[in-house]
Amino acid sequence: MKLITAVVKPHRLDEIKEALQAFGVQGLTVTEASGYGRQRGHTEVYRGAEYTVDLVPKVRIEVLAEDDDADDLIDVVVKAARTGKIGDGKVWSVPVETAVRVRTGERGPDAL
Amino acid sequence: MNGANTAFVLISAALVMLMTPGLAFFYGGMVRVKSALNMLMMSFISLGVVSLLWVLFGYSLAFGDDIGGGLLGNLDHIGFKGIEPTSLWGDKPDAIPVLAFAFFQLMFAVLTPALISGAVADRVKFGAWTLFITLWATVVYFPVAHWVWQADGWLFKQEVIDFAGGTAVHINAGAAGLAVALVLGKRIGFKKDPMRPHNLPLVMLGSGLLWFGWFGFNAGSALAANETAANMAFNTQIATGVAMLGWLAYERIRHGAFTTLGAASGAVAGLVAITPSGAAVNAWGAIVIGLVAGVVCSWAVSLKYKLGFDDSLDVVGVHLVGGVLGTLLVGVLATDGVGGATQLGKQALGAFTVLIFSFVVSWVLAKLIDVTIGFRASEDDEIGGVDQAYHAETAYDFSAVGGSPRSTVPATGQAATGASAPQKPHNKKVDA
Repeated sequence: MKLITAVVKPHRLDEIKEALQAFGVQGLTVTEASGYGRQRGHTEVYRGAEYTVDLVPKVRIEVLAEDDDADDLIDVVVKAARTGKIGDGKVWSVPVETAVRVRTGERGPDAL
Repeated sequence: MNGANTAFVLISAALVMLMTPGLAFFYGGMVRVKSALNMLMMSFISLGVVSLLWVLFGYSLAFGDDIGGGLLGNLDHIGFKGIEPTSLWGDKPDAIPVLAFAFFQLMFAVLTPALISGAVADRVKFGAWTLFITLWATVVYFPVAHWVWQADGWLFKQEVIDFAGGTAVHINAGAAGLAVALVLGKRIGFKKDPMRPHNLPLVMLGSGLLWFGWFGFNAGSALAANETAANMAFNTQIATGVAMLGWLAYERIRHGAFTTLGAASGAVAGLVAITPSGAAVNAWGAIVIGLVAGVVCSWAVSLKYKLGFDDSLDVVGVHLVGGVLGTLLVGVLATDGVGGATQLGKQALGAFTVLIFSFVVSWVLAKLIDVTIGFRASEDDEIGGVDQAYHAETAYDFSAVGGSPRSTVPATGQAATGASAPQKPHNKKVDA
């Protein structure tokens, strides 16, 4: 199993959710996040005083997937998240040792 | 008694009352989340304190018969002694009840100390602040109001034009703000930590309420529903609108953006500047005053960074500078032959005596409070937020986690879900 994590622009969330649903993903976890990449943040001005806002708002999406599906899922997320502009975010996957559905106790792929 | 004038002054007084909550929101939105309530409270408390002082002795000190020299009113009307509902202010046929006049002037006395609070955001003990405005109203505001507006007042007799409070309200509060900011020192993290306004929509709401209430402040100062009031109301609108444009234009050129805070601040700068002068100029004069105030005040707010004092919300840049500009420009722009070098000299006399008097006395008062009961919040309270320290509240509940009630839940039992449970104050003992 793999855990796919995407940190992306908040306004792409709906697109990504729909794309994942179309792919057949049953569930996901979304967290509000903030951060920056190479573009850094932006500057705000209040009565002439400039503030550099480093951390910009992002959402972090987490999906568990079977090994065979992982690459395809990453492609789905990347395609739905891309705007072509700076700050589109990152997607990565890591191996998962086990997963348990809390309600039934099912383990492994059955828990997805 | 003139019914039309009385109705107009009573309504104007109610409009001016709205300026104090308006100011509270204007300032409240500009501070950080952790001190938003304190900023609101520093204005609101003035509605309580000064109302009481006004009855006890404030009205008598400001508008009682002169004790001599044009410096202060006598104590004949202490506790509103000798004033009946039938007592009249002014000459017939324009006279209004003294109570209507006193009600109107009370709102000025409430607003002026509240204006000072913008200079001391985030870092004063609330009790000490309340004591400060009690003393300040007594030894600074009431005398200066007497100087400027009472027929026996020494600046009134010098023919200084201050129609609605450029000197008594704005220069007075601005100079006091500077003095208190100097006594207190800078906020922890000034020029290092981000101190962005936490809620610009609140700032806009507040400036809108100020703008609205200011028609009562300015036009009501005619104390009659007449041509002067109409001229003043009209010029107030023109100068304010143009000042907003001036501030925004300056910002766009200097800093690259038309900011919301700039629009709100420019409007307030225009309101301040037209206050002393609006009855003596025409619409073109109002345009000039508005434009100058918008641009110069926008520049002036950056002075605190250069000079190194922490006038947190720019009471100096907006009220002191705007008040001085408006007070001086009336000497240049007044129509009907009032303007000219002689009048300019009189205006400068009024502006700078009030400035110096207010600065010196405010500095002494602030220092006195600081060395006796302590004016400034402790470092822990300032960092943790004066809202929790002095008001046992926080402005916003952002988190559903934590903050479970320590005492009993409300009788319905519905509140036990925890989502909106009150947070306990961090340094107060709560009986369980």
